[in-house]
Parts: sequence; structure tokens; C-alpha cells
Amino acid sequence: MGDLLGVRDVTIAYPTEHGAFIAVEGVSFAVAEGEKFVLLGPSGCGKSTLLKAVAGFMPIAAGAMELEGRRIERPGPDRVVVFQEFDQLLPWKTVLANVVYPLRVARGLPAPRARETAESFLAMVGLDRFAASYPHQLSGGMKQRVAIARALALDPRMLLMDEPFASLDALTRHKMREELLAIWETTRKTLLFVTHSIEEAVLLGDRILVLSAGPARVRRILANPAVGARGTEAALAVQREVQTVLGQ
Amino acid sequence: MTRAATRTALRKAAILAALLAAWEAWTRLGEVSPLLFPPASTVLAAFGRSLANGEVPGYAAQSLQVLLTGMALGSALALVLTTLAVGTRLGAEFLETLTSMFNPLPAIALMPLSLLWFGLGVQSLIFVIVHSVLWPMSLNTYTGFVTVPPTLRRVGQNFGLSGWRLVLGILLPAAFPYILSGLKIGWAFAWRTIIAAEMVFGVAGSQGGLGWFIYQNRFEMNTDLVFAGLLTVILIGLLVENLIFRWIERRTVQRWGMSAGH
Repeated sequence: MGDLLGVRDVTIAYPTEHGAFIAVEGVSFAVAEGEKFVLLGPSGCGKSTLLKAVAGFMPIAAGAMELEGRRIERPGPDRVVVFQEFDQLLPWKTVLANVVYPLRVARGLPAPRARETAESFLAMVGLDRFAASYPHQLSGGMKQRVAIARALALDPRMLLMDEPFASLDALTRHKMREELLAIWETTRKTLLFVTHSIEEAVLLGDRILVLSAGPARVRRILANPAVGARGTEAALAVQREVQTVLGQ
Repeated sequence: MTRAATRTALRKAAILAALLAAWEAWTRLGEVSPLLFPPASTVLAAFGRSLANGEVPGYAAQSLQVLLTGMALGSALALVLTTLAVGTRLGAEFLETLTSMFNPLPAIALMPLSLLWFGLGVQSLIFVIVHSVLWPMSLNTYTGFVTVPPTLRRVGQNFGLSGWRLVLGILLPAAFPYILSGLKIGWAFAWRTIIAAEMVFGVAGSQGGLGWFIYQNRFEMNTDLVFAGLLTVILIGLLVENLIFRWIERRTVQRWGMSAGH
């Protein structure tokens, strides 16, 4: 398995009134095909900025960012983002139409095939009964599941998730993490996942990149033998290790 | 309808009936000249007659045709102005300056200039209507575009949309609640403006429209028909606002759980 995403010495800066604000500085990492890679760091450390740059929403000031050896220059359906915000669904479209629409415009699928694909992915996240509902009729957790179905239906090279469960209540959040693991088992889609929760990082990440705060720099990249395990000794050990790295 | 809503409707109907009865009693018993203030029954009869002989519907159709032409033109111009304003900073400042300049100016105040420039014709009316629609439409559409959630914009870009495909696929529907509310305000301004403007035509001796119908009948002392004309203006206003726009809202922004937030 070769590297799918390569990030080398990337620096990202925002222009502000007092000159440039460095959000990310000299970050390097690589994500392999089929890997679940987590970016972990304190709130406001610039980890979301890094993900937005991978998505193509944000230019980088220095370094290189490549997907399968090609420079990332603009957003595209080969890297689909699941956002934290619930308003990422199009409110004027039904749940089904929300999944069908990108298949039509981004993949150019004919209507019947787009519909079939959308229906099967909605069934995968358990929302086929809500195909005719509008987003405002769904709970927060259901909205995020539609967003995940929509992203996976597009069959991207990589799935990018920006704290997708952070706005959910604790119970739903736990359930969604488990569901994401189950979904990943069937799709094996390469995942770049941003979170500030150590527990979430250790549950989901094959490898965890721990970032320092403002500007974001690489503290350490940890291999996580406890991925998918909840509350085991191994998981607790990794959590303690991450905590130590974060506390440095 | 819920029970509370039914009761409210019944109470309002009772208020209306009481007002009509008071009007009828006052004009019949109080020796009021029917040339100045005809009884309610006379007015309703005149309204029925002018409906039946096609006089009022004809004039109303004339007013509405001019109004819709003006609104279509005004909306198209508003879309152009808004596109400029969203695209460039200069365009945004241009729109802000123009709207703040023309908002306090009643469109009807431009009628003398309009007559001077376009003469006694439909063009003069359309010019005034365009003016009454253009500014509220532009302001609302612009607000709609700039308040589209950044996440939604990014979702569109993520689907590979850009330029006109992003505008048509994401920005326009996301701004729709504001556009609809701009259309509602535009209609309300335009309807009041056209009735007033047609009366200026009445002065100038040309003809056409409900406003002219009202003005003309006042000259001929057909006061009951003047009232019938006013009644028509009210009824059409209510019909468009409570039936047509409500119908559109139920099928769009209400179904989608979207609102313009003002």
C-alpha cells in the first residue's frame, strides 16, 4: 500500500490586520491507502485549517500537498468533506435528493443510477425510511449520517471529517463513532479525521498525529495498536501516552 | 384550521359585519348625501354591477399587466445589480449607495420626471414601478447571497461546482427565502405605486387602470363606483398577499424549514 496523501513541510498563513498569522507551520505526514488517520490537537490549534487545505478550500503558503502525486489546488469530489455543522445538507432538497444531487453534478451519473446508489448508501446508514424527509425534520445525528452517506456515495479517494460528531450529544456521539467504525469495515475508505477528543482519536485512528497549539506543529505521530477497542488496557495505555505527548 | 384560528376568523368576520352595519345605518339615518358617502349596500351593488359588466376586471387586468411588466423588469435589474455587488467590492458599495439614496424616495415622486422623459404612456408607469421594485428586491437578494452559510458554499465547491453552476445550484436556492421576501415587499410597493401613478394619468387626461377608474368616477360624482374601485384595490392586494404568496411559501420555505430571518 503506497501513500495516498503526502503533506510535506506545509505552512498555512492567514492575512490579518497585523500581518500574516501562521496557523500551521512545517507540518509533514503521509496517509496510506485504506488508513484511518487522525489529526488530534487542542481547540483552535489549526488542525481544521490543515484539513481545509487538504480539501482545497485554503491555499498553503509553503510546502507541498499531493494526492496520488498530484498537487492539491482546488476542492473536488475526490476528497469529500463531512463538516461539523448541521447546515451542510441542502435544506431545499429531500434526504434522498441531497445524496442524488452530487452524484449527478460531480459524477455525472444518469438519474436512475444516481437514485439507486443514493438509496443503497442511505440504507447503509439506516436512513432509507427517511428518504422523503427534509433535513430540518431530522435530528442532528441523522443529519450527520446523511452527510456521511452523501460523502461515501460519491466514492471519493479520501473521506475528510472535520469534528463531525462534536455538535452531538454524548450518547449520540458514542453511537456515531461505533457506526463510523462499522461503516469503515465495509467501505475501507481512506479517512482523515480531525478531533480534539483523545478518546475519539484512540478509538478511530490507525495512526494519530498529535499537533501542538498555535501554530500547529507535529508533536508526534503515534501508531495505535488499540484502534477499534473501547476501554481495554491497551486503549487506556495509548490514551495515557497521547496525554503525555499533548502535555509536553 | 385549528379551533383557535377558526374563532379568530369568526371574530374578524363579526367585526367586518358590524362595521358594514354601522356604515349602512349612519348613511341611511344620518341624512348623509350619497354623492359624498353612499351606503354600504349601494357600494356593494355598484361593485357587483361593475364586476358583471367587465368594467372593473378590465381595468384591474390593465393595472396588473403594467405592474407585472414593471416587476419583471425590476427583478431582472435587481439580479444584475446583486450579481455585481456580490462579485466586487465596488459593486457592493455602488448598490449600498444607490439603495440608501432611493429608499427614502417614494417612487411616485418620480412620476413628473417620468412623464417628462417618457410622455403619457405605459413606459412612464413602468419606469415608476421598476423604481419601486428594484431597491427592495436588490437589497433583499444581496442580503440573501451574503448570508449563505459558508459551509453550504464549501459543500458546493466540494461537489466541484464553481461560477454559474455554484450560483444556480447552491447560492440561488440558499438565498431563496430572502429573494421571496424581496418579491413580497416589491409587490406591496408596486401595487400601491401603480394605483397612485394611474391617478396622475387621470389628471393628464389619458386613460387606463384601476387608479384611473377611481379618479374618473370621482369627476363624474359616481361616488359608489369610487368606493367599488377602492374595494377592488383592497381585494386584489389581499388575494396576492394571502393566497398567492402564502401558497408559494407553503410549498417552498415552509416545507424546507428555511426563513429569511427578518
